[in-house]
Amino acid sequence: MKDIKITKEIIEQHGLSEDEYKRIVEILGREPNITELGIYSVMWSEHCSYKSSKIYLKKLPTEGKQVIQGPGENAGVVDIGFNKAVVFKIESHNHPSFIEPYQGAATGVGGIVRDIFTMGARPIALMNSLRFGLLSDKDNVRIMEGVVSGIAGYGNCLGIPDVGGEVFFDSSYSKNPLVNAFCLGIADKENIFYGKASGVGNPIIYVGSKTGKDGIHGATMASSEFDEKSEEKRPNVQVGDPFMEKLLLEACLEAFKTGYIIGIQDMGAAGLTCSSCEMGSRGNTGVMIDLDKVPLREEGMTPYEIMLSESQERMLLTVLKGKEKEIIDIFKKWDLEACVIGEVTDDGNLTVMMGSDLVAKIPNKSLTDDCPIYERPLKKPENIEKLSDFNQDELPIPGDLNVVFFDMITSPLHASRRWVYEQYDHMVRTNTVVLPGSDAAVLRVKELPILLSMSLDGNGKYCYFNPKVGGKIAVAESCRNIVCSGGKPIAATNCLNFGSPENPDVMWYFSEVIDGIKEGCEMFGTPITGGNVSFYNETMGKGILPTPVIGMVGVIKDIAFVTTSGFKDFGDMIVLLGKNKGHIGASDYLELVFGIKKGPVPEIDLKEEFNLQGGLYEMITEGLIKSAHDISEGGLAVALAESCFTSFFEDMGVYIELPDDLREDFTLFGEDQSRVIISIDKDDFEKVKHIAEKWNIPQMSLGFTAKGKFEVKVGNHLFLYNDPRFLRNIWESALSEYFK
Amino acid sequence: MIKCGVVVFPGSNCDHDAYHVSKHVMDFETVFLWHKDEDLKGCDFIIIPGGFSYGDYLRCGAIASFSPIMKSIKKFANDGGLVLGICNGFQILLESGLLTGSLLRNKNLKFICKFVDIRVENTDTPFTNSCTKKVLRIPIAHHDGCYFIDKDGLRKLEENGQVLFRYSSSRGEVDREFNPNGSLNNIAGITNKEGNVLGMMPHPERASETVLGSFDGKMIFKSVLNFLEKKIKE
Repeated sequence: MKDIKITKEIIEQHGLSEDEYKRIVEILGREPNITELGIYSVMWSEHCSYKSSKIYLKKLPTEGKQVIQGPGENAGVVDIGFNKAVVFKIESHNHPSFIEPYQGAATGVGGIVRDIFTMGARPIALMNSLRFGLLSDKDNVRIMEGVVSGIAGYGNCLGIPDVGGEVFFDSSYSKNPLVNAFCLGIADKENIFYGKASGVGNPIIYVGSKTGKDGIHGATMASSEFDEKSEEKRPNVQVGDPFMEKLLLEACLEAFKTGYIIGIQDMGAAGLTCSSCEMGSRGNTGVMIDLDKVPLREEGMTPYEIMLSESQERMLLTVLKGKEKEIIDIFKKWDLEACVIGEVTDDGNLTVMMGSDLVAKIPNKSLTDDCPIYERPLKKPENIEKLSDFNQDELPIPGDLNVVFFDMITSPLHASRRWVYEQYDHMVRTNTVVLPGSDAAVLRVKELPILLSMSLDGNGKYCYFNPKVGGKIAVAESCRNIVCSGGKPIAATNCLNFGSPENPDVMWYFSEVIDGIKEGCEMFGTPITGGNVSFYNETMGKGILPTPVIGMVGVIKDIAFVTTSGFKDFGDMIVLLGKNKGHIGASDYLELVFGIKKGPVPEIDLKEEFNLQGGLYEMITEGLIKSAHDISEGGLAVALAESCFTSFFEDMGVYIELPDDLREDFTLFGEDQSRVIISIDKDDFEKVKHIAEKWNIPQMSLGFTAKGKFEVKVGNHLFLYNDPRFLRNIWESALSEYFK
Repeated sequence: MIKCGVVVFPGSNCDHDAYHVSKHVMDFETVFLWHKDEDLKGCDFIIIPGGFSYGDYLRCGAIASFSPIMKSIKKFANDGGLVLGICNGFQILLESGLLTGSLLRNKNLKFICKFVDIRVENTDTPFTNSCTKKVLRIPIAHHDGCYFIDKDGLRKLEENGQVLFRYSSSRGEVDREFNPNGSLNNIAGITNKEGNVLGMMPHPERASETVLGSFDGKMIFKSVLNFLEKKIKE
């Protein structure tokens, strides 16, 4: 193997450019051998190196007094008081999920969970942000079914509840499904573990599954577009073993308690290569490993294969010298394989031996911090203004809005996600206080008086028409969801899903989205503590909508503040906070009813949004709010319906009278930002009004909750009318119909 | 004081939940029992919790039934000790032969997690004597919960009053439309003939605190407490 001659073709096959190869030769002072070339190719791949995104990511706010660890580690860490910290991150597994939906999605869950417990945290919640092509295409149905089962199969076995998330559909996600997995864990603030190899002479221990030939070059695969031959890449997708991961999780948490673990990192993308050189780089040390000691699934594996394998459920540990046995014994108790495969050195190199043969020697930093960084050309797309040359006043008014409303609530875009979340164990660990279906998931933390709230949000369509505004809205909406649940947002993670960075249009979108997210995060004081960039979401030259997903985490100070979206009692007053402006551009109404996909996107004034959230939070903490629900895709009518459908009472309905200062369809389905519907005891209206005025929030009483009827008037005309039980039934079953 | 043991298999994942309810909600003295041990540490009541013991890559519960701890639990049960198997625990009890029948893949072939209503068929048992409601609202979360047994076995179960819980409407109507997984006769939980071993698919430990939306499950643990306290007095 060592004798393989490095040709131009081989370099190209490894996704390295000519310049990059030259740089490798310069660093090493010689030609690399094939193993070294493989190591560079995965570490310098877009997936591992962030070479195209790094300069932009630096713009994001990442610091705050609560932030214990920002980007650059396995996950972000944020102080929540009481000597506890939350550890969380979101990560994509898009490419593998397209090639093999079940295993792709399953191993995505496995990867993010390892990132969390690696930091010393007990994972307590999962969420997913999923995007698929339209379900009218059977292939998308197949992919979605596989992805959901994969997440369920892995997460359920681990016993980590999957408590929420989002599911979107758009034709651009056909053959480019997005699978973004979020995990959150709880750790003692004083006991956070990092991916560091320090203390020269300390042993490096390998734990978990044996290394096989699966997933070789997974990271490189995730760093290129797909063509018609993508299916042939199936062997690049790893196969998950959630039981093994569960054992690893329990064993690691037990091993942390010994105090003998110096550093730990999971073997995810780029496997043994990435974990060893990153640990050395962070520790400013060298790492020597002997591949003869690595447990292998089959004989005769080459150093190249061992270093690049992405077999799942493996960890690398740096342990205090002399304490190897204590640590190995814990893993043995859990029937796991653990062995010393190397040690920390002082030369700053990743040294790979195979018995007495030296097979690779590379400076660690050249693989990590000093990898190539690109300032890719960016260009504002020429046609972008044209995407928004649309005058909503020219739209005809549909004949029967009651029928339009049916179509809206039964569209996969708005139908109940029950078919998805009932396949996930969302209650295990008995912390889930608000079950899936509300604006944000709420979990108690058994030993603490506070609760945690979390939400995933993003809207690719908005970003397509105006990436900066779309980025701002993603942050604003995720914070709004946290506040609607009774919490205060504290920090966020993001997953940025885009097409090829080599396309200047895509890079422009990327740069604008980052600017929008930055503005949003600064306004709400929510630093980004980590996340993931996924480029090359393109198949046969067709890219996805630019899709940032924000994972927001908040703290609810008291159980009494926990608020859900469902109406509580019959006869409660329904109040709109914020203003109806009837904005139709980029709305689901425009797309579903008229088949028109055009902007402009709704405006968002971050100061207004800040006031809305501040006022709502005060109302909640004053005990005035019975339910709160963010108005987002589908507009006011869909939001009202959702608050009925998520009520405990099946016959919960509304009687609503809306002003007719705008066209009725714009009033019902417009997607203006910074709006929330709340329900209150009618005697509290004056108090609510008072707080709204103080925060400068427009407010308006819309009507009342009603038993057994769903009636919405605009002016004197009754436009929507039906039995809420019937509506709830069709809303709840609409999505499952596609899977029969 | 009642002493409760929660069994931990590799892959158990409701062990912490059962422990939490037993210790912090019920105030029982509570210990974990490791699958490789045989010592039941003097417990009065054993919970075999839910999860995926040994990954459940073979038939659910099949490998766990051969573990050292199960050997002791079988003896404990045969001597009249109280054993509650929840979800995967129910599957393990069936595989161990402490209960009869088997649990097949759900009728819709998917994992199902949701609140269901179950009707209590008999309140004169160690596990249900304190059930003040006829219908309990408790979640299920399983992939293999479709109860099956041959005709003769089913007849015996019914005749002996061993069916303790049935999936029902919130008003207690037992009908196919309230059956989430295809179980025969809507069976959600059964006991052995003597009544000291209960296996059930719903998770009472997930419904024992108001904050979680239901505390109906607590009635089952209260019943156990009541039964054991009486027994101690005698």
